[in-house]
Amino acid sequence: MTISCPPDANLADLDALSALPRDDAGPVFRAPWEAQAFAMALELHRRGVFSWPEWAATLAAEIAQARSTGEADDGSRYYERWLAALETLVARKQVVGTADLSRRVDEWDVAARATPHGRPVVLPRR
Amino acid sequence: MSEHTHPHPHDHDGDHDNAHDRPLSGPALRVKALESLLAEKGLIDPKTLDEIVDTYEHRVGPRNGARIVARAWTDPAYRQRLLANATEAIAEFGFIEPHAEDMVAVENTPQVRNLVVCSLCSCYPWPVLGLPPAWFKSDAYRARAVIDPRGVLKAFGQDVPEDIEVRVWDSTAEMRYMVVPERPAGTEGWSEERLAAIVTRDSMVGVGTVAVATGGGA
Repeated sequence: MTISCPPDANLADLDALSALPRDDAGPVFRAPWEAQAFAMALELHRRGVFSWPEWAATLAAEIAQARSTGEADDGSRYYERWLAALETLVARKQVVGTADLSRRVDEWDVAARATPHGRPVVLPRR
Repeated sequence: MSEHTHPHPHDHDGDHDNAHDRPLSGPALRVKALESLLAEKGLIDPKTLDEIVDTYEHRVGPRNGARIVARAWTDPAYRQRLLANATEAIAEFGFIEPHAEDMVAVENTPQVRNLVVCSLCSCYPWPVLGLPPAWFKSDAYRARAVIDPRGVLKAFGQDVPEDIEVRVWDSTAEMRYMVVPERPAGTEGWSEERLAAIVTRDSMVGVGTVAVATGGGA
């Protein structure tokens, strides 16, 4: 016995539906940075920089914190939390410090501003 | 302490971190910065990152899980191995690369429906299902799947009668779940490949069932 309901009957359940974003086969990453952040966490784990339970706990904490500040997430902001967890964990593991990271962000920002549209952004050699 | 030595030529309204203000968006800049620092320390190789992304975007997906389900449907001995020790049974498919956690397969029956969630952090069985859909990562799903699984199933078009038990499986960093949905009637004698083609991602997360397309078929 398989359960199959006419979809229309359930569309009436507006409360349930409006709160639950649905997708069929949307892209798994919405921007390249999401994919890069995802891959960096997997690779750092594979190299033993952190254990998977450590990763999951850090990510869960970022998600919980974002929620506690009232930021609702329909799933589209997941990789923002993923990236925040990554930054937190590499700092805690003393792999990349917060100050180094924000300095490098500024350097990339300067480089991106100086790059004509359509050209790859590169950091000047130091 | 970061040094803000560069001018903000397009600054207006004091909106320093406004995404419109930077050629690259905030997260994109932070990812580039982190990636370049980690690469300098020899902790990541950009080429490896590209391979990981390619794997998860194109080569891993719910098709892996669908093949596992189809085999469980056609091979009773495999089904038993899968339900007893999913990590090992999945490893029998040599091409499925395990991740850090153990897998558990839970089976839908006429009396039991299973629903998978990760209420804490949206852990997902990537090796068999690919990357999670947006709704799996949403606050709404993570919170409601635990407290109101029948309501969630209803939102997915599944009106589960009261006399059917709904079990919710909350994933952790060490343990992830996949659902073995019920094999639909009308698929007797189908090959493993043909069965795999009708197994959906939603059915393996537990928010859907597998149906045979009406009007199609033999």
